[in-house]
Amino acid sequence: MGRLAIAWAAWILAISGAGAQEDAIPTSLTGAPGDAARGRAIVANRQVGLCLLCHNGPFPEERFQGDLAPDLTGVGARYTEGQLRLRIVDPARINPQTIMPAYGRTEGLNRVIGAFAGKPILNAEQIEDVVAYLTSLRAEKTP
Amino acid sequence: MRALALALLLVAPLAQAGEIPAAERRSDTVTMSAELRAMQADDMANPASFWALDGQTLWDAKAGTSGKSCADCHGDAQASMKGVAARYPAFDGATGRVLDLEARINQCRTDRQGAPPLAMESRELLDLTTYVGLQSRGAPISSSDPRLAPAIETGRQLFSARQGQLNLSCAICHDDNWGRKLGGATVPQAHPTGYPIYRLEWQSVGSLQRRLRNCMVGMRAEPYPFGSDAYIALEAFLMFRAKGLPMETPAVRP
Ligand code: HEC
Ligand code: HEC
Repeated sequence: MGRLAIAWAAWILAISGAGAQEDAIPTSLTGAPGDAARGRAIVANRQVGLCLLCHNGPFPEERFQGDLAPDLTGVGARYTEGQLRLRIVDPARINPQTIMPAYGRTEGLNRVIGAFAGKPILNAEQIEDVVAYLTSLRAEKTP
Repeated sequence: MRALALALLLVAPLAQAGEIPAAERRSDTVTMSAELRAMQADDMANPASFWALDGQTLWDAKAGTSGKSCADCHGDAQASMKGVAARYPAFDGATGRVLDLEARINQCRTDRQGAPPLAMESRELLDLTTYVGLQSRGAPISSSDPRLAPAIETGRQLFSARQGQLNLSCAICHDDNWGRKLGGATVPQAHPTGYPIYRLEWQSVGSLQRRLRNCMVGMRAEPYPFGSDAYIALEAFLMFRAKGLPMETPAVRP
C-alpha cells in the first residue's frame, strides 16, 4: 500500500469516527507529523484557519482577536495531540451544541456556498500542521 | 446509523440559545464610535443624505407609460410616507404576498406607473427606499398585521438554522454572542432599524438584503437570490424581533 493510500485510509477512519477513541483521534491523518510553523500561519490567517475570529491566543502581532471561544494559550498542555486533532476535525463529537466549525467534516452541512461545497475547511495536511502548532502551545499565560 | 445519529445531534436545539431580553434590546448605533454616531446623526455629514435627496427628486419625477410620479398618487412624502417603513415588510392583500419596501416600490412602478421594475441595489431603488425610509425616522417599529405570521415564522426558522461550511446560524451570533468580538468586529444584535444604511466598507448605501447576503457569505452559505421570499421572511422576522425600537434610516455603519 502506497503512502497516499495509507493516508487516505487514515483519513476515512478519522472522519467516519471509527478511529476516534471517545475523546481523541490518536493517529495522524496523513501518516506524517505536521509542521508547527505552517500551522501557526494557518491559525492566524483569517481566510484560511479563521481561528482568531473566535479565539484569542499567543499572537502579539495580531490586533483583532475574537472572544467567542477559549484562549488558545497553553492549550497544548491541557490536551493530548489526539484530543486536539479530534477538536479540530469534528468538535461536535465532544459537544454537539458547539459553535466551533468542524474543520475536517463535509457531511451534515446545509447550503454550503458553491466554491466550498463538498470540501472540508482544512485538508488533512493543514489539520496536521494546526495540530502540531497547538501541541507546541505549552506555556500558560504569564500573569 | 451513525450518520443518522450525527444528523440528529446536529439539529438538536442549542442549549444556550435565547432571545434578547426586551430590556437589553437596542440598536447597534450605540456601540459605534463617537465619530460614526455623529456622522449618522448629522444630515450634513451623513453620506446617505445624497441618496435621500436623489430619492426626493425621483419621488417627483414622472415615469412609465402612465406619465405619473410617486407624488401624483401619494402627494407629499413627508406626510403620506410617515411611519410607513416602520411597518414593512407588509402583507399585500391584492397578491397575497409579503412585500418589503423595495418590492412595494417596484410594484407601484410596474402596476401603477407602467414602468420597468428597478434592479435590486440599483442607485434609483436605493434612492427611493432611503427617501421613503427617512420619513419614518424616530417612529417605533410597529408591524402588527396577523397575516405576517407565516412569514415571521419562516424567518424565525431561517434565523436559527445552521448553514454554510462554517455550520453557524444567525442566532448563534446575534442572539447568543452579541456584544462579543468576532475578530475586530463587535457582534451586533442585528436590528434592522437603520436600513438602507451607508456602510463605510461599501463606500455606498446598501439594502438590508445586501447586509444579510454579507452575513451568509461570511458563513460560507449560498446566499438567496436578491428579492427572494427567503430574504423577505428574514426581514419580517428581524422587524418583529426589533418591535418598538425607533427607526433610524439612514444609519451609518463601519
Ligand atoms: C465560530 C467559532 C470558532 C472558530 C472559527 C474556531 N473555534 Fe475553536 N472553539 C470554539 C468554541 C466556542 C470552543 C469551546 C468548546 C466548545 O464549545 O466546544 C472551542 C474550542 C477549541 C479548542 C479546545 C480549547 C479548550 O481550551 O477547551 C481548541 C484547541 C480549538 N477550539 C482550536 C481552534 C482552532 C485551531 C481553530 C481554527 C483552525 C478554531 N478553534 C476555530 C469556537 C471556534
Ligand atoms: C459569525 C457571526 C455572524 C453570523 C453567523 C451572522 N452574522 Fe450578521 N453580523 C455579524 C457581524 C460581526 C456584523 C457587524 C458588521 C460587520 O462587521 O460585518 C453583522 C451585521 C448584521 C446586521 C446589521 C446590524 C446593524 O446594526 O446594522 C444584520 C441585520 C445581520 N447581521 C443579520 C444576520 C442574519 C439574518 C444572519 C443569518 C442569515 C446573520 N446575520 C449571520 C456576524 C454574524
